[in-house]
Amino acid sequence: MNGIHDMGGMHGMGPIQYEKNEPVFHARWEARTYALNAAIRPGRKWGIDASRYGIEIIPAADYLRMSYYERWFTRLVEMLAKHGLVTRAEIESGKPAPGSPKATPALTAGMVGRRAASGAPARQAPSSPSRFKVGRRVRARNIHPAGHTRLPRYARGRVGKIARDHGVYAFPDTSVHSLGEKRQHVYSVRFAARELWGESASPRDSVYIDMWEDYLERA
Amino acid sequence: MEATRRGFLTAAGAAMTHHDPHGEDHDDDHQEAPSDLTLRVKALESLLVEKGLVDPAALDALVDTYEHKIGPHYGARVVARAWADPAYRKRLQADAAAAVGELGYAVQHGNLLVVENGPQLHNLVVCTLCSYYPVSILGLPPVWYKSAAYRSRTVIDPRGVLREFGLELAEDVEVRVWDSTADQRYLVLPERPPGSERLGEEALAALVTRDAMIGVAKVKPPHTGGAA
Repeated sequence: MNGIHDMGGMHGMGPIQYEKNEPVFHARWEARTYALNAAIRPGRKWGIDASRYGIEIIPAADYLRMSYYERWFTRLVEMLAKHGLVTRAEIESGKPAPGSPKATPALTAGMVGRRAASGAPARQAPSSPSRFKVGRRVRARNIHPAGHTRLPRYARGRVGKIARDHGVYAFPDTSVHSLGEKRQHVYSVRFAARELWGESASPRDSVYIDMWEDYLERA
Repeated sequence: MEATRRGFLTAAGAAMTHHDPHGEDHDDDHQEAPSDLTLRVKALESLLVEKGLVDPAALDALVDTYEHKIGPHYGARVVARAWADPAYRKRLQADAAAAVGELGYAVQHGNLLVVENGPQLHNLVVCTLCSYYPVSILGLPPVWYKSAAYRSRTVIDPRGVLREFGLELAEDVEVRVWDSTADQRYLVLPERPPGSERLGEEALAALVTRDAMIGVAKVKPPHTGGAA
């Protein structure tokens, strides 16, 4: 979707606010919101792409107004309700519905340290040959999917070069909408800054963007 | 629909009961009324605990992990080892996840690529679509990394952004911006600063900052202190 989250190249967002000795969390509710999201994750019924999409579908004006963890909280409530882990009535009342079954937490305190030390890679065993070799010129397709996509607007229609093959990953555009994993290669594509931004950009500079194969065509 | 959602979120806050089974009422600014979000998050937490969906001890452990355990000092050890040990540096370039694993750290949610800065090359990491970041070796990202200002401008004006961080690059230095749009994570291997030749790994690691590993700063020479 051409959403507000797709910010690359926008103007008008103001100066960067740097905080010296910034704390990890600025308030207790931020820490708890982070932890609630992380604790629900192992037993949840939605994947990482659906989580990303859950942030992207927050209405644009709200997205800009909300702080980072406020977006996380909003998404969590929506996902819990959408996937039936809690009902809207339970959220309203703050109490479990009478007679509702009690679940077993998917994440225990003992698992937290072990999980932090052993991440599961999202990369999958290559199942298909790559369409593009390193060094190949490619064009990012000029497409505007209304659903979830990881193809940033500022790259669409631009020509770049395959810099690296990252391996095979599920395709977010389809997997988030339950249309299949459509596993395919993801590449790091180098775009000259001038190709993206015109003559005022430095002739030396470039932007490397990670792109699924379906975002690319031969150029 | 939006009004409806706000409605029930507010209601969730209002319905929050005052009993706190875990004795976690440690708000410092107790003279102020708790913010709406404080109430709403507490209400949701107690609901999820009561429904057996989350374990409050796991929540405590998660917060403790990111407040006190995982942080930029992990990445700093990786950088220091790469500076001190050329063979490790090669392994880091070839398979960063495995090399990071040698030090006991994990790479979550995908894979890691280490990009090296040099006298004529400067790498800088951003996530224009969200806030992807090598959390398992740098900890949770700072607010500025997640901000609209950084995410919007880093790809179109990297040199201007670096200037805002106090880093002026010569025109003949090449700038590469890495936009983390997929499950690949990036760690910048900063230049080893002059004057650090005789330092051991631990002293080297103490010089390395989070900002240098994102690419918005250089590592300062030891005599001026390493903190950004």
